[in-house]
Amino acid sequence: MASRTFRIWRGEQGADGQFAEYTTDITEGMVVLDAVHQIQAESAGDLAVRWNCKAGKCGSCSAEVNGNPRLMCMTRMSDLPEDRPVTIEPMRTFPLLKDLVTDVSWNFEVKKRIKKFKPRAPDAADGTWRMDQRDVDRVQEFRKCIECFLCQDVCHVLRDSHKHDEFVGPRFFVHAAALEMHPLDTEDRLEELKEAQGVGYCNITKCCTKVCPEHITITDNAIIPLKERVVDRFYDPVRNLFRIVTGR
Amino acid sequence: MPTVAGALPEQQGFGVTRRRDNWWVVPAATFAVLSGFIVYSTWAAFQNAHYEFGNYLSPMYSPVLFGDSHHAWFGGKPSIWPAFLPWSPALLILWAPAGFRLTCYYYRGSYYKAFWASPVNCTVGKPWRTYRGENSLPLILQNVHRYFLYLAVAFIGILSWDAWMAMWFVDPATGTEQFGVGVGTLVLTTNVILLGGYTFGCHSFRHLAGGFLNRISGKPARQCAYSCSSWLNVRHMKFAWTSLFWVAFSDVYVRLCSMGIWTDYRIL
Repeated sequence: MASRTFRIWRGEQGADGQFAEYTTDITEGMVVLDAVHQIQAESAGDLAVRWNCKAGKCGSCSAEVNGNPRLMCMTRMSDLPEDRPVTIEPMRTFPLLKDLVTDVSWNFEVKKRIKKFKPRAPDAADGTWRMDQRDVDRVQEFRKCIECFLCQDVCHVLRDSHKHDEFVGPRFFVHAAALEMHPLDTEDRLEELKEAQGVGYCNITKCCTKVCPEHITITDNAIIPLKERVVDRFYDPVRNLFRIVTGR
Repeated sequence: MPTVAGALPEQQGFGVTRRRDNWWVVPAATFAVLSGFIVYSTWAAFQNAHYEFGNYLSPMYSPVLFGDSHHAWFGGKPSIWPAFLPWSPALLILWAPAGFRLTCYYYRGSYYKAFWASPVNCTVGKPWRTYRGENSLPLILQNVHRYFLYLAVAFIGILSWDAWMAMWFVDPATGTEQFGVGVGTLVLTTNVILLGGYTFGCHSFRHLAGGFLNRISGKPARQCAYSCSSWLNVRHMKFAWTSLFWVAFSDVYVRLCSMGIWTDYRIL
């Protein structure tokens, strides 16, 4: 049984925080969240940490482990270098509540601003629709999102430049793409994507794709296709002329 | 939402991070390779010499619109070319592939990190406080990418023709053309294959091939084009780097053969 040292951020909203050091024993197969729970039980009963499923599906235990946004329940201790303490911090993009817990409610407010799914008229008399699986496959990828908000945390437009008022972040471009590319949807979200939601702020660092625990190809399959649709509408005079002439 | 500060000290400033891996390696390598390519291609473009060897034509000079070459489409150097400007056929055409790469989504992400530190890598602090992204001038001009794509597709056709012509060698005894394959033929053919993989896997090409549609079923040609482009798009980074390297290598190969330093061996 090996002993490991952890540096965990301790602090509350509105107060100065600091790292506190804890040492605990690590056994085979442990993940970072196990170690945090063990520290809670042994020496820091008041350590705040949000968690639920311990299976990488609820998206609750998002944090920054050694500077990398990760789900604590999916980060194996054996994958972390042993020569230095393990650093655990809350997500930097959102306001701190206490210790490792942040207030992510901004995300839910942003989601309300995105136009809802608006299907075409039903295909059948019984009020149902018919879709080809090949058309739905494309948006299925986006439905895997567990809303851990690691992509929001790593995005420098929010994290460093604090463009929360002008930019909705990768999570909501995935959400918008799931609606905008849906074979039944008839809503038009392009003007809002360009103006209010700030898709132009994304400079394609692909950091969101790298940290996604569900391996959603956020940049290539959601954000860039949305940027291309915005180009179609607002920046491509030839395509606009083609649309006017052909009506398509 | 108002700006968030929380209780954590901000990680503002170039290179400020809690990461412990070698996060600087990839942007540093990108900076070195892209800088090296820009320096070499600029030097090569201004040489106006050793860009052809027999039936081989360097991709950095193709197509030769005007020039003292049997590959030239419209004759020699145009008389209206200002005397004070250096002349090279490459100067007339290199802006198109350069513009295609400059505005490419993949390269944008890479050189924003490597050259502008915006940011230099994920969760690493930026040196700049202000950020406008591609939402306003000048970077909003990156949206011109699809027009460079149209030109790049034309270049694929031209370079394919060059690769085909690289298979026809003039017999010095009879003066007739004969089919053959030299090492240079393989070099130029590989070049157009890699460039094709890069161009047809471009995000804009994928969009125009079928990505703009919400319903692609029932359109087999579009579905095939979109699937093929998507397959290439997944490998876009690999094609971007290999094709960049191979363009430079193709120019080096033709140049050194033309200078008599390398010998072009015939395989067939």
